[in-house]
Amino acid sequence: MSLRTHIGNIRLPWAVWLGGGLLIVHLIMALFAAYVAPYSPTAIDTAHIMEPPSPSHWFGTDRYGRDIFSRVVYGGQVALLISLVSAAISVLVGGFLGVTTAYIGGVFDDTVMRIIDAMIAIPGVLLLLVIVTGLGSGTAVIVLAMVLSYLPGVVRVIRATALEYVPREFMLAARVRGEHVWHIVWVELWPNVLDVLFVEFAMRASWIVLSVSGLSFLGFGVNPPIPDWGLMVSENRAMLVTAPWGALFPMLAVSTLVVALNVVSDEIAKLLGVDRGARI
Amino acid sequence: MMWDIVRRVLTICVTLFVVAAIIFAATEVLPGDVATAILGREAAPKRLAAIRQQLQLDRPASERYWQWLGGFVQGDWGQSLARPDQAIRPLVLERLRNTFWLSLLATCIGVPLAIILGVLAGLRRNQWLDSLVSVISLIGMSLPEFVIGSLLMLVFGVMLAILPAVTIVQADAPLTKLLPSMILPTLTLVIVMVAYILRMIRSSVIDIMQSEYVQMAYLKGVPQRLIIWRYIVPTALLPTINAVGLTVAWLIGGVVVVETVFNFPGIGRLMTSAVSDRDLPLVQALGLIGAFIYIMINVVADVATLWLTPRLRTQFWRPNEET
Repeated sequence: MSLRTHIGNIRLPWAVWLGGGLLIVHLIMALFAAYVAPYSPTAIDTAHIMEPPSPSHWFGTDRYGRDIFSRVVYGGQVALLISLVSAAISVLVGGFLGVTTAYIGGVFDDTVMRIIDAMIAIPGVLLLLVIVTGLGSGTAVIVLAMVLSYLPGVVRVIRATALEYVPREFMLAARVRGEHVWHIVWVELWPNVLDVLFVEFAMRASWIVLSVSGLSFLGFGVNPPIPDWGLMVSENRAMLVTAPWGALFPMLAVSTLVVALNVVSDEIAKLLGVDRGARI
Repeated sequence: MMWDIVRRVLTICVTLFVVAAIIFAATEVLPGDVATAILGREAAPKRLAAIRQQLQLDRPASERYWQWLGGFVQGDWGQSLARPDQAIRPLVLERLRNTFWLSLLATCIGVPLAIILGVLAGLRRNQWLDSLVSVISLIGMSLPEFVIGSLLMLVFGVMLAILPAVTIVQADAPLTKLLPSMILPTLTLVIVMVAYILRMIRSSVIDIMQSEYVQMAYLKGVPQRLIIWRYIVPTALLPTINAVGLTVAWLIGGVVVVETVFNFPGIGRLMTSAVSDRDLPLVQALGLIGAFIYIMINVVADVATLWLTPRLRTQFWRPNEET
């Protein structure tokens, strides 16, 4: 079942329109951040500190006089870039490992899977924090940390999917024809896991947005003054009563992006007939 | 069966061994060792060398790994770097007690709630109740823990001012003193947890309602109530035991953010401060403990599934193959 055969006759419920619309708004804002944002996200303006939302500053300003709307827009760029790149790397490397372990099996399979089991056994945030402790902070470290924590799940799922195809006749036929291992893995096996791989990408992108914002909320994300939603919330959280706009707008931004990604990835899973309900 | 148990135990040992190796490698072999963590980057080389010798950092990493792991197994978890003269084990155990009660409270409220909502939504598929439950679950899955936590704190802690917004009680306070501070963190964890578990229960209920034996029961006129409680619910709960296990295990990671939001003195809060202080031995200990708890919870979930499903107790059953 490919995406194309479905596109013609889909009837989308309102939630999907809402989710898809939100995602498109987020993508456009991130892509054209330089045109959308009225100010520089890092420009300090001591004359306008902690101002409430107004026509000149739509989302108000923070305690350094930085324009919150501009910071939210650029923060989206950072969040989407990190999440999509990390999700893409996890899915490609994880997919490759999943397919090769499923086909080759034996000692290679055992070794890789024991390492994967161990990585899954270090619960989410703890693994991220262990990596951050070792490598320090910064954008590259976050991407690496995200890949290392989300890749093991992809390997398991893709390996299980690929194992269903390994005993099939077309695989046997390829082996009998005397094809090379790489040919069998790439040309025969790989195309069969693409549907699942695509769903994994969409799901994991939404989880990674959550994790990245959580990590920067804890203070171990991108380095300031790079605008980041999680960091903005933790900076302005203490003033949630006196100046709520500082924390509320980044909260709204991260929540709408994750809602959009979740709705869209659910719909993709449904269209491709991939069961995602049984997994965390 | 006997062989299965032996193999399980061996697998757990191997996994923990690899976990320890990953944690050790990530924190020790990479640039910036403990000595620079203590003295800072601009420290004099002589003092660095002295500290390295004192902490035995001049010995090869593999040798230190064995020593660390050996000590850990025997109950010697080392000394904290950032807190002078503080042994790690009593510190971690004290905080673990607080996190344990927090997680237990969240699980005892969250799991039954998720089951009730999930079954109701599954039975009334595509009606208003189902839509409402689905929207709630989507929100619970999509809002980061720090957003849910901060909003709850704003509403109940500040605007209504009926619950303590942050924990100001000492870490070693008796449980009764700690309880009021646990309400908002628990609520945050429950919201996220329910969102995940109820989705799985709902889809499992829907699957079973379409199965032939349930259709058959309807056709031969079994009362609706009996069908729901005897035919659907028990079968629907089985595949979710593992999901519940995974979600409870997620709590170990999830508490890090939630405890930080509410300044709750558990292992999550301890972990974030250990990372900020670059207190490597403490980070290593907490990582290993977290992994140990995670593995144990999953073993319990697996055994529970096995116990409740005779059909799986055959020689063909392979643990973890399906995940």
